[in-house]
Amino acid sequence: MLHMKDKKLEVSAIENGTVIDHIPATALFKVISILSLDKLDRQITFGTNLISKKLGKKAIIKLSDTFFIDKEINKIALVAPQAKLNIIRNYRVVEKKIVEVPEEIIGIVKCMNPKCITNNERIITKFRVVSKKDVKLKCHYCEKITDQEHIEII
Amino acid sequence: MKNKSLVSITDYSKEEYLRILALAQEFELRPNQILLKDKVVATLFFEPSTRTRLSFESAVLKLGGRVIGFSDSNSSSVTKGETLYDTIRIVANYCDLIVMRHPLEGAARFASELTTVPVVNAGDGANQHPTQTLLDLYSIYKTQGKLDDLTIFMVGDLKYGRTVHSLLMAMSQFRTTFYFVSPDELKMPEEYKYFLNCLGLKYYEQKEFGRNIETADIIYMTRVQKERFSDPIEYERTKNAYVLKNKMLEDTRETMRVLHPLPRVNEIDQDVDANPKAYYFTQALNGVYVRQAIIASILGLK
Repeated sequence: MLHMKDKKLEVSAIENGTVIDHIPATALFKVISILSLDKLDRQITFGTNLISKKLGKKAIIKLSDTFFIDKEINKIALVAPQAKLNIIRNYRVVEKKIVEVPEEIIGIVKCMNPKCITNNERIITKFRVVSKKDVKLKCHYCEKITDQEHIEII
Repeated sequence: MKNKSLVSITDYSKEEYLRILALAQEFELRPNQILLKDKVVATLFFEPSTRTRLSFESAVLKLGGRVIGFSDSNSSSVTKGETLYDTIRIVANYCDLIVMRHPLEGAARFASELTTVPVVNAGDGANQHPTQTLLDLYSIYKTQGKLDDLTIFMVGDLKYGRTVHSLLMAMSQFRTTFYFVSPDELKMPEEYKYFLNCLGLKYYEQKEFGRNIETADIIYMTRVQKERFSDPIEYERTKNAYVLKNKMLEDTRETMRVLHPLPRVNEIDQDVDANPKAYYFTQALNGVYVRQAIIASILGLK
């Protein structure tokens, strides 16, 4: 009951902006890095290790006056496939969204093949998503697969 | 295909394979055609591969072109720490076509994106070697008179062997039936079997070499390398199980041919060489015609 109350308090605490909920606690810092939140000058609140029935421990991010285009936010599906977005306007949730793994991943993930040219020269990585459910990324350069378990955010 | 780089065997369609094979046939009949009179081809071998480099250079010279390049990275500015990016940007100014081999996977794709000069991949690590695959196709076509509905035995290291993977991808367009003959440790990876399943193609996996060999149109041999085994005892146990001996060819079809990307170590006994079914040395010669076809086609001269 306690955590339910906490969650409600946090969600309702911003006037306008985006709340990203249901992030696995272990993926919080990856999400921060994927969305470059460390470079954002708006008010941001992070909560982590909150109890979640679905995820065990989850994290939540509240961003004031920040809205994402789908293409941008979908990138986090790689590490937080169950993340849910609440778009807040005037303290009210006006839209709920889920994230979807995009068809192509550019410049976020490191190729797991140490012999890939992208790990040896300055190259922006590029992958085609060959499986979305159990994420599998095929490197555009070395053609090897990087799977969910080995996804490392650059 | 004009100005189109050839990095991966999947860069070409079935029609393009057939076009290259038809051209190769033409070059086999008339190998010396002066089509590259004012053209310069750069062969950049960041790791040595004498056989492949000579085959490419022979193809260029037979077409009347000129060759520049290096045969290993010690004789280039790579040893001074130059990036591949810089090397390609510079060399692209000096030539009409780049042929490159590189130890890192994806190097040729990267190079092809840095320049408008077309790039032919002559091997990037364990990834791709598309001209080898096209010469394999040509050898199969020449010996069988067709590519459709054949039965191919792939033998040896099917896990790491890049030639068998590329050949599988290419032949999958011709209703091929595959037999995968390998020890457990070196089985064909799941992704390729999944690919064949999606296409509804038949394949069989077996550990015994000799079984069903009478159904084969092509036996494609590969090297079983000791360093691929996690257990050295397992290697000792299996190393002789995948050696082709002349006696094993007795019950095979008259038209069956044995292919091998070469170099071989001991996986084909020398007693096979004299058998008319041994085709691996001619296969290497076919490489020159196929490379002539690829170069002429990319430079838009055919």
